[in-house]
Amino acid sequence: MATSDVKLLGAWPSPFALRVHIALNIKSIDYECLEENLLAKSQLLLQSNPVHKKIPVLIHHDKPICESLAIVQYIDEAWSSAPSILPSDPYDRAVARFWAAYIDDKWFPWLNGVANAQGAEAKKAALDQVREGLVVLEEAFGKCSKGKDFFSGDRIGYVDIALGCFLRWVYVAEKRNDVKLLVEDKMPGLAAWANKFCEDGAVKDVMPDKDELLEFANMILEARAKLNASSNN
Amino acid sequence: MASGAMQEEQVKLLGIWVSPFVKRVEWALKFKGVEYEYVEEDLINKSSLLLTSNPVHQKVPVLLHNGNPIVESLVIIEYIDENWKQNPMLPQDPHERAKARFWANFIEQKITEATRTALLTEGEQQEKAVKELKEAMEVLEGEAAAKLNDKTLFFGGKNGLGYVDIVLGWICNWVEVIEEVGGFKVLDPQKQPHIHKWMANFVEVPLIKPTLLPKEKMVVYFQMVRQAVLGLAAKK
Repeated sequence: MATSDVKLLGAWPSPFALRVHIALNIKSIDYECLEENLLAKSQLLLQSNPVHKKIPVLIHHDKPICESLAIVQYIDEAWSSAPSILPSDPYDRAVARFWAAYIDDKWFPWLNGVANAQGAEAKKAALDQVREGLVVLEEAFGKCSKGKDFFSGDRIGYVDIALGCFLRWVYVAEKRNDVKLLVEDKMPGLAAWANKFCEDGAVKDVMPDKDELLEFANMILEARAKLNASSNN
Repeated sequence: MASGAMQEEQVKLLGIWVSPFVKRVEWALKFKGVEYEYVEEDLINKSSLLLTSNPVHQKVPVLLHNGNPIVESLVIIEYIDENWKQNPMLPQDPHERAKARFWANFIEQKITEATRTALLTEGEQQEKAVKELKEAMEVLEGEAAAKLNDKTLFFGGKNGLGYVDIVLGWICNWVEVIEEVGGFKVLDPQKQPHIHKWMANFVEVPLIKPTLLPKEKMVVYFQMVRQAVLGLAAKK
């Protein structure tokens, strides 16, 4: 497959773009990575995703695909040879989609909410909610993995990708707030899973560096705080 | 009809009559010709079946297939499509499937969510939701204008109804009702001619028509919901 056939418009800090990187790596697909500057979006991005103007966008044979989980499913279906990302049984697929939806619709907004929480009480409540969500996901991990390393079993799959992409951002939230979110004694399954996920061949070269991401997060969150402060005056 | 089944398929749908999420699942089941048992739930006194089938969200719809629960309306609809192969709802081509999923996601994030917020809030919060809803309808109108014409009445394309139609269909019955209850206006046949044409065609589809709900009954229900939520909000 020619490299230019597959392009990923992404941004290195984005967990959603990371999902696509991992899916492409699982399938050993050659692709061209185009780093977007989210303050000065490229024409290609604006044309490829006119509705949301967001990354990630996968461009395959000049056709754009948007929304990270739709892209991951597309990759699984367009390159249908093994290894597969979603299971083959319809019920198992439904369970995987359920947990991906929980992560995107409930848990990630809670994680995102930590940065937006104003004041110590609100911050603590936001962090508690993230932890409660992880407890739910710990139980899910137990049921889905059936004693194996990943939600999908022996190799990483859909739910692993959906959750694993946020691990560096969990680290950022932990460091910025001086707390532990992925608490080993409360979530032993997830703690072990997190290490294995980050070490996986499809993940380790594309996962952003912890400290670089922390520096990036500090920079944008402080800039945002200054902006809010000045607009409140 | 489900054919060649080795055992009798047991399909049960837990729902409430007035939920657009439940209605979608019913449309999907009818579209496939799957026979099912419908169970009306009482959301104030949730059944143990509902609570054990959907412990995480404790909501309807829940589809029980041979005792196995599937929850979240979009997840259920894809399950129905993949488990019963006749009358596909999603297109075969992976790129077309991705586009269908994109639009289903857009509808859910931008239209369904904004409508819910507009129903349950007032003042500035409601104004913001109504504005978002109008913008989303504009985007959808653009897509409808691009995709639909006299020969292609539905987003499912040449095959008639498809996944996106079934996901979007709730707007035909519910938006007008919620507009009345919430005291705002978003639907505008002048600004959204293609969406309105689509709605007029959707409600005439033989499997859809008998499922439409009486508007007055829905207004009473949603008025009650709105008052309850705003009452709670006022106490805080």
